[in-house]
Amino acid sequence: MDKTEKLEKLKDIIRVYLPEDVSPEEITTESTFVGQLNINSAHMVDIVLDVEDAYDIVLENEDLENMRSVDDALRIIENKMGDKE
Amino acid sequence: MHRRVVVTGLGVCAPNGVDLETFAQSLKNGTSGIAFHQQLADLNFSCQIAGKPPLEEAHIQRYFSPLQLKGLNSSGIIYGVIAGTDAWKDAGLSYAPAATPDWDSGIIFGAGIFGVDKFKDSIYTVDSGNVRRLGSTAVVQVMASGVSVYLGSILGCGNQVTTNSSACSTGTEGILLAYDRIRSGKATRMLTGSTSDHGPYVWGGFDSMRILPTRYNTNPTAASRPMSATASGFVPGSGAGAMVLESLDSALERGARIYAEVLGGAVNNGGQRGGGTMTAPNSEAVQRCIVHALKNAGVENSDIDTINGHLTATSKDSEEISNWAVALDRSRKDFPYINSFKGVLGHCLAAAGSIEGVGAILQFREGQVFGNVNCNDLDPRITSIVDPSKIPQKTIAHSPEVLAKASFGFGDVNACVIFGAYNNEID
Repeated sequence: MDKTEKLEKLKDIIRVYLPEDVSPEEITTESTFVGQLNINSAHMVDIVLDVEDAYDIVLENEDLENMRSVDDALRIIENKMGDKE
Repeated sequence: MHRRVVVTGLGVCAPNGVDLETFAQSLKNGTSGIAFHQQLADLNFSCQIAGKPPLEEAHIQRYFSPLQLKGLNSSGIIYGVIAGTDAWKDAGLSYAPAATPDWDSGIIFGAGIFGVDKFKDSIYTVDSGNVRRLGSTAVVQVMASGVSVYLGSILGCGNQVTTNSSACSTGTEGILLAYDRIRSGKATRMLTGSTSDHGPYVWGGFDSMRILPTRYNTNPTAASRPMSATASGFVPGSGAGAMVLESLDSALERGARIYAEVLGGAVNNGGQRGGGTMTAPNSEAVQRCIVHALKNAGVENSDIDTINGHLTATSKDSEEISNWAVALDRSRKDFPYINSFKGVLGHCLAAAGSIEGVGAILQFREGQVFGNVNCNDLDPRITSIVDPSKIPQKTIAHSPEVLAKASFGFGDVNACVIFGAYNNEID
């Protein structure tokens, strides 16, 4: 899975959680989940669970705390997938 | 100065109709929603039939966003949201805008138990040491007020948003709680209703009590026999009903259609004394509840022309009829028309009062009393009190003027609400 594929997969996860007035096109690597995409912070735990299922990895509580932007999420996913290999 | 309260919206998700018009047709025609369920047979239930709303996935998707549907496994919430939002739209109301709640509108949506399937998932997840994987909706899908807060999120109500629970009288009690709130000026309009999950975990306890019919697994639509000499227990049901109650002033100002007026009512408890138990009614309490309801509504015994009973299809039906006769001091041909919708719905438990309440009010709109089913063989203990002509075997033309709806339940709870025809007499 290259970087573009990883990003697209992540976008697919995120779009379900976007409020009605935020379009999926607005998701970029710089976007912050709660601040810019206006995602309900309670749903961050659901995004983490979806990420775990989609990439077959396990995230820790500190990963959730560090996952502020899409870029953060991609970096954490890459690290975890790297650990597995 | 107390305010008058009227019904301006109806919604339903019932075993014999998942929208208001289908439901109305089914009650008119005596169409049953009771069916055989293989799952109950596989689990060794004695009673393998039940009333379950025939919902299709596409229908559910019209009421929930993809995010709301993610991991949603609480049938009671699904039924409640469908009935509740339909009632809201039927009343011609819109959802509050994103920035500001509707401060004058509230929700009292009752339940006995729901979210059992979600709770089962959660129990397996927790017991396997994976509590971190429960996700963000494991709480709201099983908390008692879950159905009210899902509706609150959709409608944007800023007045009281809560849940009541009083076993099988929940729905009827909710109508009176909402009525009181509007009458006293604390809210302009209230969405009230109640819901009940389907499934073996909800119905199993009743099966175990041996109070459900067991000889109709191959003939499900004949199983629920309110007032019949061959009644052999209630058929478990599920679903939700809802109505919008509103101050008369507000309804007139909006130009809303008025189905009926809520004239008043009463709730009480038999105290599980004087013959009353956890599961059996204290007859004196039932009679007092009806008498107090009439008094509260400001109507005379003789004003009641139609009754929608609790009448579950057990041997207690004749006791209920006797209680109505004593409370109203009326019998034989002087007895009001009486029907039970449980013949086609089954007993929808906590949702019973609101689903049947919606049906009872539809009779004002239709100018009809909907027919009973499965009681050609009336219980002689009942015909010794009421003339058979007052227990219509099919739908008859009769415009109710004053209708009593009662529900009773485990814990010796009683609730009776009085609805009156609204004849636009003020305009």
